[in-house]
Amino acid sequence: MDMYDFIQIALYLLLLVALVPLLGGYMARVFEGESFFGKPGFTALEKSIYRVARINNKVPMNWKEYTFSVMVFNAMGILFLFLIQVFQNDLPMNLEGLSGVSIPLAFNTAVSFVTNTNWQSYSGEITLSPLVQTLGLTVQNFVSAATGMAVLLVLIRGIRNKTTQEVGNFWEDLTRSVVYILLPLSLVFALFLVTQGVVQTFLPNLPIATLEGVHQVIPRGMIASQEAIKQLGTNGGGYFGINSCHPFENPTPLSNFAEMLAILLIPASLTYTFGKMTGNLRQGWVLFAAMFVMFVTGLAIMLYAEYSVNAFGATSLMEGKEMRFGITNSILWSSATTCASNGSVNAMISSLSPLSGMVSMLNMMLGEIIFGGVGAGLYGMLVFVILTVFISGLMVGRTPEFMGKKIEAFEIKMAIIAVLAPNFVILVFSAITVMYPPALTSLGNTGAHGFSEILYAFSSAAGNNGSAFAGLNANTDFFNWMLGTGILIGRFGVILPVLAISGSLSVKKKTPPSSGTLSTDNGLFVFLLIAVVITVGALTFFPALSLGPIIEHLQMLTGKTF
Amino acid sequence: MRTQFFIALKLFFSMTLLTGVIYPLVVTGIAQGFFAKEANGSLITKENVVIGSELIGQAFDTAIYFNSRPSASGYSSMPSGASNLSVTSEKLKRQIIERKSLFLMNNRLPQSVVVPSDMLFASGSGLDPHISVSAAKLQINRIATARHLTSDEGVQLTQCVDQMVESRQWFLLGEPRVNVLLLNLMIDNRFKSKK
Repeated sequence: MDMYDFIQIALYLLLLVALVPLLGGYMARVFEGESFFGKPGFTALEKSIYRVARINNKVPMNWKEYTFSVMVFNAMGILFLFLIQVFQNDLPMNLEGLSGVSIPLAFNTAVSFVTNTNWQSYSGEITLSPLVQTLGLTVQNFVSAATGMAVLLVLIRGIRNKTTQEVGNFWEDLTRSVVYILLPLSLVFALFLVTQGVVQTFLPNLPIATLEGVHQVIPRGMIASQEAIKQLGTNGGGYFGINSCHPFENPTPLSNFAEMLAILLIPASLTYTFGKMTGNLRQGWVLFAAMFVMFVTGLAIMLYAEYSVNAFGATSLMEGKEMRFGITNSILWSSATTCASNGSVNAMISSLSPLSGMVSMLNMMLGEIIFGGVGAGLYGMLVFVILTVFISGLMVGRTPEFMGKKIEAFEIKMAIIAVLAPNFVILVFSAITVMYPPALTSLGNTGAHGFSEILYAFSSAAGNNGSAFAGLNANTDFFNWMLGTGILIGRFGVILPVLAISGSLSVKKKTPPSSGTLSTDNGLFVFLLIAVVITVGALTFFPALSLGPIIEHLQMLTGKTF
Repeated sequence: MRTQFFIALKLFFSMTLLTGVIYPLVVTGIAQGFFAKEANGSLITKENVVIGSELIGQAFDTAIYFNSRPSASGYSSMPSGASNLSVTSEKLKRQIIERKSLFLMNNRLPQSVVVPSDMLFASGSGLDPHISVSAAKLQINRIATARHLTSDEGVQLTQCVDQMVESRQWFLLGEPRVNVLLLNLMIDNRFKSKK
């Protein structure tokens, strides 16, 4: 590593920290309905949507009504996306004459995009028509992120409410997230990406003869508009199979830097929104600090591993990496994308050094709470906060409380379900897969790395990340069904308990802090929170990791190959 | 329940209209209006025929051109791809040994020369348009010989490479690199008769 590497990393981290209060403060204003410059324009758009859909956004919902609305809206999204894929050959804008998508793949893709996972078993450029890409996938990129924010808002209201059942209106939360936040950010970002060379056109693919006279196809489409929301909404599903390695998704070092920043921008800023909306900014920064410390630690380990790898005697390990990004930017991206449940890639994670691959996997296994998905990361982290106040309450004999709300048996039960559901998917589904011989024909590498491919796939599905050790051919009926199911459990196995916790907290009294209250907005709590997250993650996954990346690292050191 | 269902349906289609139709159309409109070249793929034409995109790498295997990085998909873009091989892969190990000796042999370099790692490892996209500066410089002698250049022209060739080095964006971001297609077009232009 040289000076430039350190400066780029420092600049990235500094900009992130600087943008958190700006965007976080703006989002708080949006959700509180406060005024700000330029608001009337947005409000007109918001109101027109309510008129078209005949929504009365002033009617508050209790948590059960809210949950029902979330589920109906998501179910509708899955059904619609499924149908337009299966029948894409009968629909317009099928420029390349592609056939309908098979049922298992359409199920997997529909579930994957509606849940903000954006796992892709296919390569977009040869599987999906521009109609499906924009009318189907781009839409879900927006509303799946908005769903995450909505669920977070319910939890915030649950925490600050005093003995009321009202947790907000899902239609309003969803609409505002899209209209005021995701859409304007994406519009600006998409146009910026075009200036760097990301394609945005109605023109079809262009077949050419290269300088040496070889046939090549210049792939085209409405890429920038999808790329922008893909990064901002922690979606990660690329227009191309090869994602942000592709020069038309990520053409320059500057586009790369901006796209990396976009990965963490909203999830990180939401910690500030949380602080603002609960009236305790310190608490927001404490949550940010816990995430930041884990992010930087993981990043440091990955950089160390990547720069000290034994790459068959070559000066550096450039397999699966782009020349314009180099090692440092590839690692920074890989770290951010796995922390944030984004899942886009600018280098092939499968070809990283074994320990870098392990940290990427662990980032997802910890529950996608190091910044995590839009909304999803923070509500996931708050589940760990509940566990932490409970565990530390047990240790020091204090009543578990968080921001004036007593944490009781129901909340703990729900928190445990939310932690166990994705972990169950990762370990049990991986175990089933390795015992099912036909599935193993999908492996792209043998030895320990082959096991890592499977473990990574289910970690990615359960954490709603969507990145892959892409040597694995996941476009088989078995993997499409298994991963699709895992994605559903990983998403709604967390959303449902979180909504239940919110409903339960909402009806509780606010108890003023007493001498017996464990303070949750100081440095000690940052430490306790990280300790609980790491302990749960390590205890659950160390055995599995030692069969995959850890053993592979040792084999690499001895020069063993498979 | 029924009303919730219909609200969901109507909101879903409003959102589809807003984010799936209006949003991409607005972006496309502005992009085509102000940045048409970039938005249509940064195409390069030679004698009025499109011969590629400056962002999409092409395979260059002949001796008279600067060679591109190895690509797992052979610079095909439908779809493009990476090897996804790991550092404990026997296949990757063999590829590295083979590419190393091939690079040294083609460029008539002694065994002691360190081959830049971008020429040993395949890229992520399979369409990487760039190679490292050192990878370009190590190929200069071979190209000069293959094109029967005089020693004066050889110096010019080196100048071409220096001219085409893209430094870090904003003096800071990314890595210094050379765009292979643009460089090859330049030398084709400069040394027309000697192809």
